[in-house]
Amino acid sequence: MDLFNNLALGFGVAFTLQNLMYAFIGCLLGTLIGVLPGIGPLATIAMLLPATYALPPVAALIMLAGIYYGAQYGGSTTAILVNLPGESSSVVTVIDGYQMARQGRAGPALAAAGLGSFFAGCVGTLILAAFAAPLTELAFKFGPAEYFSLMILGLIGAVVLASGSLLKAIAMIVLGLLLGMVGTDVNSGVARFSMDIPELTDGIGFIVIAMGVFGYGEIISNLSKHESEREVFTANVTGLLPTKEDFKNMVPAVLRGTALGSLLGILPGGGAVMAAFAAYTLEKKTKLRPGEVPFGKGNIRGVAAPEAANNAGAQTSFIPLLTLGIPPNAVMALMVGAMTIHNIQPGPQVMTSNPELFWGLIASMWIGNLMLVILNLPLIGLWIKLLSVPYRWLFPSIVLFCAIGVYSTNNNTFDIWMVGIFGFIGYVFIKLGTEPAPLLLGFILGPMMEEYLRRALLLSRGDWSVFVTRPLSAGLLAAALLLLVVVLMPSIKAKREEAFVED
Amino acid sequence: MNIKSQKDFFSGLMFMVVGVAFAWGAATYTIGTGARMGPGYFPLALGVLLAVLGGAITFKALVVEAVDGDKVGSFAWRPLVFIILANVVFGAMIGGLPSIGLPPLGLVAGIYALTFIASLAGDEFNPKEVAILATILTAMSYGAFILLLKLQFPVWPAFFGN
Repeated sequence: MDLFNNLALGFGVAFTLQNLMYAFIGCLLGTLIGVLPGIGPLATIAMLLPATYALPPVAALIMLAGIYYGAQYGGSTTAILVNLPGESSSVVTVIDGYQMARQGRAGPALAAAGLGSFFAGCVGTLILAAFAAPLTELAFKFGPAEYFSLMILGLIGAVVLASGSLLKAIAMIVLGLLLGMVGTDVNSGVARFSMDIPELTDGIGFIVIAMGVFGYGEIISNLSKHESEREVFTANVTGLLPTKEDFKNMVPAVLRGTALGSLLGILPGGGAVMAAFAAYTLEKKTKLRPGEVPFGKGNIRGVAAPEAANNAGAQTSFIPLLTLGIPPNAVMALMVGAMTIHNIQPGPQVMTSNPELFWGLIASMWIGNLMLVILNLPLIGLWIKLLSVPYRWLFPSIVLFCAIGVYSTNNNTFDIWMVGIFGFIGYVFIKLGTEPAPLLLGFILGPMMEEYLRRALLLSRGDWSVFVTRPLSAGLLAAALLLLVVVLMPSIKAKREEAFVED
Repeated sequence: MNIKSQKDFFSGLMFMVVGVAFAWGAATYTIGTGARMGPGYFPLALGVLLAVLGGAITFKALVVEAVDGDKVGSFAWRPLVFIILANVVFGAMIGGLPSIGLPPLGLVAGIYALTFIASLAGDEFNPKEVAILATILTAMSYGAFILLLKLQFPVWPAFFGN
């Protein structure tokens, strides 16, 4: 079996002392930011990206991946104990998790989240390992037209599954694509939109955008809301072990959550957040067993399913990135940046040209999930203490790490002004109710889309029908259209709005 | 005509302005044809698309009723100014600003400056507490970024001669 050989190679890479250490650091940081409300994996990965310059590529990617899936574990702790989502992907965990904590059942809730996440993480990693090879085969059949259509599908998927206004999300993507155009055009050598500023001929640094919009924009917006009284259920975490009855309810929910999460993670635009929402909705649709607590009142299934789903989704969203080189969400867009920094062109060739990186990363995910269970269940007390740290101590630290992240890349004062400008823009986005994540995705995909469009049209001699006459490309575009139609149907539209308002 | 949703109205306006600006800029480059796309082709198309989307959003904001007028609300100037200022000052102290004759002052001074300025953005400001926080952050950053990750930062002011 090839798969086993490959996994063996992967574990060989992942089990070196250095890589184990970086996997641990990633998981630790992920849990940390997961527990802390107000800072997400997106901002953290953006901050640490420059710091990974000095690391070997495998170690860097292992660490950054650990932050993403680690955050899915940490987020549930805050959701259950503080009634605040530590991470946007644990928004729905708050509903039943906090109720369980109020009934003195914080322990079983935490255990359900932790064990569910672990199971889902393992399954997600296996799916990633099993599907990567066949999908890579498929990717080699892709021509420029297919890539272009796939990106359209990915971008449409990203808006459909995003919260809020559809039109505004599409506009944000287009804005992102346009920002991606700034800089020297590779084909003609023309410096586009550089306004005669020499630094802009290299394009806008994507760390600058990520940090300004996600880091500073969020901090400013958090500070403008006044700190509300938090009620932390710390004393209540006694017995961690769920009862037999809990297990009976939990297991099918975890299985359903894992299946749904894995599927939604692969889809373009999917990822942890959407997976959690969908899994909770699904659980609510299934019948309550006799004597079971209703949803919203502390049902353990309402914790187990979304937590399993967000972890599975976090894991499988690496599939499109690693096989096709197309990021399905904003965090994966940052991973593209991380790979580019290390001179790795994301895409189907990664598996063949860098097998130790590819399989090492996958193997490290399984190890990381194991570390996370240990970090999150026996060591839960540590994280509870962290929750009592006031925000006025936290935000200067976050500002500092953002700043170090920006200036460690180059000591160019130009970046200072750029981050300042984008921080302001990010805050304006928040005030205007426009979600910035699609912008980042568009920004990463912009130059790629232009290039594939150019190549596709060059090959077809300017004939646009090439996108619908090639079957694979036509299929992808049809899927994108279908997504749009489905979302615009009145009945689904109402449900979609309901799903995002629900709390 | 009444604005039904302030947020949508202004974001639509923003998209229109930016879209037109990009399209305008793109029009100054060679456009080319589909088969031979010039540098202006793709950005021009995107700029026009963005302007149209912005127009649609603005139109919707004038027609479709929204809850409570969807107000933008007041800007939080205090955090906005101090957070960005903290960032700018930190950058200037690390890299130095030759244009105003500021030499690089190094990481340690930069962290203290950043912590104090950023803390002013919050509701409470207790100088003693902030000083302690800054000291802890300096020690942690030195350990993590200089010793562990070996980032190339000037740690002390340049005129100390390292």
